[in-house]
Amino acid sequence: MFAYCADPSTLTGWWWFSCYLTSATHIDFYQSFGVVLLLLALAAPSALALGMAGAMAARARFWPLALVGRGYVNMVRGIPDIIFFLFVPIALDQAIEVIFHYSLCPGWTEDIWQGNDFRVCEEARTPAPGAPVWVRQTYGFILALIAFALVFGAFVANTLKGAMDAVPHAQVETAEAYGMTRAQAFRRVVLPQMWIYALPGLSNLWMILTKATPLLFLLGIQDIVYWARELGGQKTGHFTYPHPDWRLWYFLVVLAFYLTMTWGSQKFFDRLMLRVNRGQATAGGEAQRRAAA
Amino acid sequence: MKTLLLSAAVIAMAATGALAQQVVRIGSEGAYPPYNFINDATGELDGYERALGDELCRRANLTCEWIINDWDSIIPNLVAGNYDAIMAGMSITEARAQIISFTQNYILPENSAYLALAGTDAGVVASGVISAQSNTIQAGYIADSSATLVEFPTPEETIAAVRNGEVDAVFADQSYLEPFQAESNGELVFLTDPIPLGGGVGMGLRQSDTALREAFDAAIASMKADGTINALLTEWFGPEQPLYQ
Repeated sequence: MFAYCADPSTLTGWWWFSCYLTSATHIDFYQSFGVVLLLLALAAPSALALGMAGAMAARARFWPLALVGRGYVNMVRGIPDIIFFLFVPIALDQAIEVIFHYSLCPGWTEDIWQGNDFRVCEEARTPAPGAPVWVRQTYGFILALIAFALVFGAFVANTLKGAMDAVPHAQVETAEAYGMTRAQAFRRVVLPQMWIYALPGLSNLWMILTKATPLLFLLGIQDIVYWARELGGQKTGHFTYPHPDWRLWYFLVVLAFYLTMTWGSQKFFDRLMLRVNRGQATAGGEAQRRAAA
Repeated sequence: MKTLLLSAAVIAMAATGALAQQVVRIGSEGAYPPYNFINDATGELDGYERALGDELCRRANLTCEWIINDWDSIIPNLVAGNYDAIMAGMSITEARAQIISFTQNYILPENSAYLALAGTDAGVVASGVISAQSNTIQAGYIADSSATLVEFPTPEETIAAVRNGEVDAVFADQSYLEPFQAESNGELVFLTDPIPLGGGVGMGLRQSDTALREAFDAAIASMKADGTINALLTEWFGPEQPLYQ
């Protein structure tokens, strides 16, 4: 990065570290923090949207829809997460390739599954061979994002369903007695009040999601934990920057990162809790009313 | 013999003309110097297999791109079609050959060795706790011996386990262990005589990819015939490395 870094073996002390910490692999390490944050920023709203859809489906009166909603929630919650994280991207990737295979290569006579091998025609391979690195990485990232959204969506759905059911039913009946339709009563009465019941559960899920990001490495994305292990391990003379086992220091940095994330999140949720408690017949709401009086 | 190999290579290369400029993805681990590792100054994959692979692709008239993949899932991801070949210091064994196919070897059958802290009794080889990278021939060898096996997903961790006393010794390819021993200031020593294991290192491909295997096989044969492979072996593994005759 700096001109004097051309031959690091002649450097010592701070000069050596300034080169070491700006080496190409360290830049990749710093960028992986961005990847993790981006995943969190995209996975949380996707899981929330999927959870909302799942909760509404599970509570639907139309029974096939309710069956789909309940099936999704119970199946994903009942199967170990790690299996879903491994299964979803592989299954999705192969499904995409099989669809392309049948639509792009109708003349292909060989089997797709030959013994152990999974083979589709060249045109159907996704991402296409020769695609730039960023296309390959984005494709992998999106598959991982879908896996995260599917798994956490199911937990969110269950939390939201419980929160919707917790809004006193008498209020919904009263709203309907005033002539509101079911949808109106849901929008005006249930939806604004359910958050107070949903928030503790949602904040739990957010914390778990924050800490689940090292699973990215399982999906072939080089995340911060991969880089911490890779960079911290002993480097012999084959490398430009040889050093002994420094994994402890790298893991301390990762630890500080995750602690900062969860500490900041907790602050945010505390504030949000104050906000949604306002005017509610809950212990929190009552405390606010007394303090104001 | 040499002319025979050369002409075979020429014929094979003519036959692969149909594959011209096909893009081939090669999977590697990127954590096993000097075989393959991530160069910390450039961030790119580097090592003997990178240099060899690029030259093989040039000779076979293929466009190659490299993909880093975890060692444990390197074979499953090959058969699932995420990449087309493996060059990751993988020894040719019968168990692996049942799932994937191999080219001829591009590193001769190698020695494996035990590395331990200085002063360790050589008896740990028979009765101690030995670390090895999971899913390697070395792990299989220790599992069949009377010693207790502790597996790690990356090769570097197997050595760290020796340093922090978690295991008595590590068992791995000698050429991987040598720099660690040489740079330890006498802290680490080899315990016993080296043990030859495996059928050499080869390139792994899907069993259904016969044309690609033949193309790479011909390219390896041509590099053996003109001696360029020996120059690469000496460059990356040092003057002690056994060479092709």
